[in-house]
Amino acid sequence: MEKLFTHLLENYEACVAVVLFVIGLCMLLFDRNLLKKVIGLDIMDTGTFLLLADRGYIAGRSVPIVTDGVTDMANYINPIPAGLVLTGIVVSVSVSALMLSLTVRIYKKYHTLDMDALYLMMSDRRKGGRV
Amino acid sequence: MSFVQNFPFFSIILCLLCAVATFVAGDKWGRRLTIGLLSVSIVLQSCVLWFCASNNTSYAYMMGHYPAPWGNEIAAGIIEPLMALLFSVVLLLSVLGGMDYILKDIPADRRHLYWSMVDLTLVSLLALSYTNDIFTGYVFIEICTIASCALLSAKDTGRTLIASVRYMVFALVGSGLFLIGVIFTYSITGHLLFPQLHETIAALWADGTYRFTMTVAIGLMTAGLAIKSGLFPFHFWMPDTYGRATPASSGILSGVVSKAYILLLIKVIYRAVGIEVFAASGIQSVLLIFGIAGMIVGSVSAIRSKRLTTMVAYSSAAQIGYIYMGLGMGTQAALLAAFLHIFSHALTKPMLFLSASRLADASGGHMDFPSLQGAGHRDVTAGVLFTAGALSMVGVPLFIGFIPKLQFASAAFALTWQKWPVLLALAVSTLLNVLYFLYTAMVLWLPQKDSAAFRPQERRWIASAPAMVLLAIGLVIGIHSAPLTALLQQGFALFCQY
Amino acid sequence: MRNEQGLFRHWLSGQVDWSAMLEQDTPAATTAAAEAVPYHPHHDMASARRAIRCGQRAYTVLAIVLCLIFSAFMLLTVANLPSYGSDSAPTVNEVAERYVEKGTEETGAVNTVAGMILDYRAFDTLGESFVLFTAMCAVTMLMNAPGKRRVRKLDYEVLDYYQDPIIRTVCKLVIPIILMFGIYILLNGHLSPGGGFSGGAIMASALIIYALVWGGERASRAIPAKALRIIVLCALGFYACSKTYSFFTGANHLHSIISPGTPGRILSAGLILPLNVAVGFVVCCTMYSFYMYFRRGEL
Repeated sequence: MEKLFTHLLENYEACVAVVLFVIGLCMLLFDRNLLKKVIGLDIMDTGTFLLLADRGYIAGRSVPIVTDGVTDMANYINPIPAGLVLTGIVVSVSVSALMLSLTVRIYKKYHTLDMDALYLMMSDRRKGGRV
Repeated sequence: MSFVQNFPFFSIILCLLCAVATFVAGDKWGRRLTIGLLSVSIVLQSCVLWFCASNNTSYAYMMGHYPAPWGNEIAAGIIEPLMALLFSVVLLLSVLGGMDYILKDIPADRRHLYWSMVDLTLVSLLALSYTNDIFTGYVFIEICTIASCALLSAKDTGRTLIASVRYMVFALVGSGLFLIGVIFTYSITGHLLFPQLHETIAALWADGTYRFTMTVAIGLMTAGLAIKSGLFPFHFWMPDTYGRATPASSGILSGVVSKAYILLLIKVIYRAVGIEVFAASGIQSVLLIFGIAGMIVGSVSAIRSKRLTTMVAYSSAAQIGYIYMGLGMGTQAALLAAFLHIFSHALTKPMLFLSASRLADASGGHMDFPSLQGAGHRDVTAGVLFTAGALSMVGVPLFIGFIPKLQFASAAFALTWQKWPVLLALAVSTLLNVLYFLYTAMVLWLPQKDSAAFRPQERRWIASAPAMVLLAIGLVIGIHSAPLTALLQQGFALFCQY
Repeated sequence: MRNEQGLFRHWLSGQVDWSAMLEQDTPAATTAAAEAVPYHPHHDMASARRAIRCGQRAYTVLAIVLCLIFSAFMLLTVANLPSYGSDSAPTVNEVAERYVEKGTEETGAVNTVAGMILDYRAFDTLGESFVLFTAMCAVTMLMNAPGKRRVRKLDYEVLDYYQDPIIRTVCKLVIPIILMFGIYILLNGHLSPGGGFSGGAIMASALIIYALVWGGERASRAIPAKALRIIVLCALGFYACSKTYSFFTGANHLHSIISPGTPGRILSAGLILPLNVAVGFVVCCTMYSFYMYFRRGEL
């Protein structure tokens, strides 16, 4: 148990990332407001990127940009997670834009962003069975 | 290297270029380009399939100048081009079959964007079939998600917007979980390509280090893809999504997009993680349980639904349950059955959606069962097509749906404790299928209530030709399934070997 | 009937009375068939409410349990990961080593990350630019409403930043500098931190400031929609074609005419510099068009 705890403290940055992910997920699950769901989604993505970025760090080394012709791995951190995070961020931006445009359209149409109300409006039982 | 081996890569690049060109071209040229692209894709995939099957080889194709652990790669054996071929064929036939509705449902000023999205869906499906790199898989999953959401929301009604939001929320949670799984896997293996992952994971598992992390990582990736393809507890987005979109989009989404996620999952399980590790991690049994639950719950929901397309959509949830049950059984015979079921579902579902909307059209635009009474008399072609699809879904011999059920049952006898639950689930689910599909087929052919209320609509029979082609392919496979089975079995040997 | 702003404030506080919405919504389309089955809104609503309340309670309990289990598993997994910042982690293997140690020699890029994403793992990055393109198409599909649904003037548009001499002068000064900084980041992507994605985003911010101050109409006259479309077409077409060449030669073991050049020079690193420029244009156009679609529904 104690070992577990020290490990958890060692990986504190990954812990924060996971907590962010769970906060985002909770927002997505519990908040009825569509806009806040989108925000939750973004927080979730941020948590993922933090986790990914933190996996690439190596203590005491510098950014992977070759300086003064030194190309020894012992001087630089791992470049792979940086590249993957870049991809992830672009994906996240695209997805947020799409979600926000859906939100805008729905708000213009129904004048509410409450998902429960929206589901109720489209549920079959409202129209006496005939649809 | 033979020139044919370049074709998977050519088809992917061609789709990308066509998508961009369609974005700038108008509706008319976009449509021509897209249909041309889909046909070319069918030809290219057939060539690759022919090459791989006749030489009995699989090969990895470097995307760039750097070999496996450093550069990106795509891989083709028999399974990959076969699935890519299936996806292209179903996509082409759904688009052609739903053309009337696309022209009716989607405003002219955004139709070229719809074509662009079809191209992008195709590129993601091809890339997901051929990818040999887990992160490439993630990128194309996202293209697939965004493009399919756009296909869905192209029909500009409030309900499709809400359905799209719901679909997106589920899909994005799924891809978030998948990405976290990929990160965990990467951080304990240091690799992203399937062959290297396979080696490292096998070594790690034998070694005993990071076993818990590995299990969670596999679980997250599986859960992510299961949510995206609509496995049982996460199937709630299906009825709205499939039931409200324009029929071509419904066919594409239910027929091929969900299958592409399942194909990626199969690749992750068999090529990256390795089936032994997957079985030992215990996630296999969880998949079996959720698959069986999905079969039952999906069918029960389908019985309770009051709308025709909602019913067909819920039956999709049940069929996805079958496929996951096959993955959960874990034997090669069960995998064969799962693949056959992918074929059966991908060929039958678009046909059902296309004919369902024709039947609704013949009933004054209503989808509920009282209005649909006798609809088969009003639109005979659509009625026959729907009935054939329903029989196939139930699993009547001669139709394609019979083959996977037979294979599932024969695969079940080789199992230990899973034998009786699987057989029981098959029996119960078939019974439930009979209940709702045959009930629907019966309603369609009952005498009409008030024949004066609906005028029979003039339909060119050519409009249902694509759906008939789907039916014909299904019948051919259903009557003579040996070549496909043999091809799949030949493919498995190449699929799991390095 | 509440107005739009009242409702807006209402949902900001997180509470929308959905029952009010329910009554507002128009009943089913009146066809001869629909009248046969009478529609009872009140009876319907009561049962719907009951079902929703039941569903919500079950959902909340399930979701809480799910979240708790999920976070526990995630924290346990994190505790079992290789330690943060350790140099003996499994990720520090031959893959990362080759990117750093041979990357400059093989790709010509001093910035190892740029070399990795645009040369070693270029297929991912090609897919990534197409994710942006897909999103751009999807947003266009949802938001584009030329002529038909003209957005009426909102409060913030009445507030004319252009009339304010301070804002106008500062923006005139700042926009060229931002643009230049973006281009610098774009062109130096293979030498220093940055590259197509960040450079493009910075360039887009300059365009967005222009549209914000000088107004959407003037911005779309200055940067016509057609030009944006053609830029995206050319950039993505060039990207796909040049990568086709390098993938094709790579996979078939042919000699490629692209040489990495002298690392450290501005004109080096083979295709990475032009690819960065192409990506930068795509990102810039996409971000700017996102802004314009959200602002006025057309480019």
